[in-house]
Amino acid sequence: MNAVLYWTSTIAKSAYILVFPLTLAFFLAWAERKQSAVMQDRIGANRAKFLGRPFLGLVHMVCDAVKMFVKEDFVPDSGHRVLHTLAPFLAMFFALITFAVIPFGYQLTIAGETIGLQVADLNVGILFIFAMASLGVYGMVLAGWSSNNNYALLGGIRASAQMISYEICIGMTIIGAILALGTLSMQDLVIRQGYHYFGWLPRWGVLLQPLGFLLFFIAGIAETKRVPFDMPEGESEIIGFNLEYSSMKFAMFLFTDFIETVLIAAVTVTLFFGGWQIPWLFESGFVWPWGGGWEIHPNVVNILRMAAFAAKVTFFCWLMMAIRWTLPRFRYDQLMDLGWKWLLPLSLANIVVTALVVLLVN
Amino acid sequence: MDFAVFWIAAGVAGAAAINLIFQSKPINSVLSLVVVLFALAVLYLQLSAEFIAALQIIIYAGAIMVLFLFVVMLLNLNQDQFGSNRKPGLRSFGVLIGGTLIIEISLIARAFVSSSPTDGQVVAAEFGSVAQVGRLLFGEYLLPFELTSILLLIAVAGALVLAGKREEAQPPEERS
Amino acid sequence: MIPLSHYLLVSAVLFGLGTVGVLISRNLITILMSVELMLNAANLALISFARWHADPGAHVFVFIIFVVAAAEAAVGLSLVIAIFRRKNTVDVDELNILKG
Repeated sequence: MNAVLYWTSTIAKSAYILVFPLTLAFFLAWAERKQSAVMQDRIGANRAKFLGRPFLGLVHMVCDAVKMFVKEDFVPDSGHRVLHTLAPFLAMFFALITFAVIPFGYQLTIAGETIGLQVADLNVGILFIFAMASLGVYGMVLAGWSSNNNYALLGGIRASAQMISYEICIGMTIIGAILALGTLSMQDLVIRQGYHYFGWLPRWGVLLQPLGFLLFFIAGIAETKRVPFDMPEGESEIIGFNLEYSSMKFAMFLFTDFIETVLIAAVTVTLFFGGWQIPWLFESGFVWPWGGGWEIHPNVVNILRMAAFAAKVTFFCWLMMAIRWTLPRFRYDQLMDLGWKWLLPLSLANIVVTALVVLLVN
Repeated sequence: MDFAVFWIAAGVAGAAAINLIFQSKPINSVLSLVVVLFALAVLYLQLSAEFIAALQIIIYAGAIMVLFLFVVMLLNLNQDQFGSNRKPGLRSFGVLIGGTLIIEISLIARAFVSSSPTDGQVVAAEFGSVAQVGRLLFGEYLLPFELTSILLLIAVAGALVLAGKREEAQPPEERS
Repeated sequence: MIPLSHYLLVSAVLFGLGTVGVLISRNLITILMSVELMLNAANLALISFARWHADPGAHVFVFIIFVVAAAEAAVGLSLVIAIFRRKNTVDVDELNILKG
């Protein structure tokens, strides 16, 4: 592969995978207002207007961004100034870097060269995701610590306890999925979900691991620290680790939650819903299970697959948003009970059953 | 390129380790150790030990160091109660012993290495991969692997006994 | 390819710094962290020798050292918490009740 194509494609891929979650997170912040309004039968987010029109409340988002930028950036005097500034950057960094191993498409052929649509095809890709997810807790903990405020500190401790508890469950369900699919590379995981049972039923991870998917999704929502698992923040009354933050640093914590929502959606899609796979779509076009098919150019196929990945991720983001506005918050002991007494034993059982089945089938 | 990466990682590890032992605030020491762990993970990747590098981040940086951070926060050791290190005599003694140890080990390492060729063996692409280490772990080294689970169980029980809240563990005069 | 001696030198320096940390630190938590540093130095030596001999067996040992480090951190930190509950300090110079 020539150097020019290599570098342009790498930069383009990095830009895509950086812009994709940020854009989606922006729209999630909008959906947070608009979807809640729809679900609660309110009108909602219609006051800020541009040229006399509210544009479905999107103008509100622009106003919010301006407000966040021009607010005073408050740093508590007695806190740890360096860590106080570093914490939101850490939180956001570990959420964004994880996207580097997510395959957002299969491959494109440009000028006779194939370009894999994934920034870094590590052969320990899933471990990388797990590693970065387990580092995300540092941002919250350091934010709570460096504020030198007891409420923030308690929020940080709640955040670390919650994230560590649910990370274990995430790790265990991931083991189930990689046992069933037999690889650790993210791209291979998706490729192996491209087969069909009986010629028509797509072999997606959710068919092999229905329980694993449920557990992963619940633990994933807990990792994003949003309602019903929002004890670390608890913005309405108990106050959390981001208490002493204002201006853009506060917005970064807020945004990190949305980016993590996109991340959990993307990992769920990759592990359990076939990633960029579209049922019955192969490299040369659609092959219908009832016979016949459509011939499509391979590059068009792969652009369709990228669109399919984006659509699936958006769907799961929507689902998580709907859950967020449906369920009330757990009590803290209920949260710990759910994590340790229900999700963890179930995910362990899931591993045992999966391993037995894999052993018997092979 | 290889050498540049090596020297940067090694320099960062050394600087962070020095920062670790001379910091007076425990939280800064914890974060320095996290930096050391990351630098070492880079070195592991250079030595084609991908699985170990990933585990280093997951287990060490993601779990053990969070535990340290958690305890530092729980005990709220924010105050500068460790302003000075130990008494000057003890301190210079420590530096002396440590320095001697560094020089000694380096000399032994040099003596050992100078007797062998300077280039490592060529290894297969799958060296240090999850599959290879996993096969060893569940084959040749199955017994030690199983024993680690017992060790962890004992550690969990020990941690619960030591740190768990028990009324009878209080000294009698405080119970009143 | 970087010679083995370079890695061993880094390993030796980290181990020595860990020793210095154990000897000069007054804070129990820093002492525990210095022990972790020494374990990491040993890990680096093992991994570089594994690459040297092209024998991944050492990776298994490093894995087991990770487990030991986790167990050590769990038990050590619960000891720290237990000591802190009794004495309200983690300064090792204050923990001298065995002194006659």
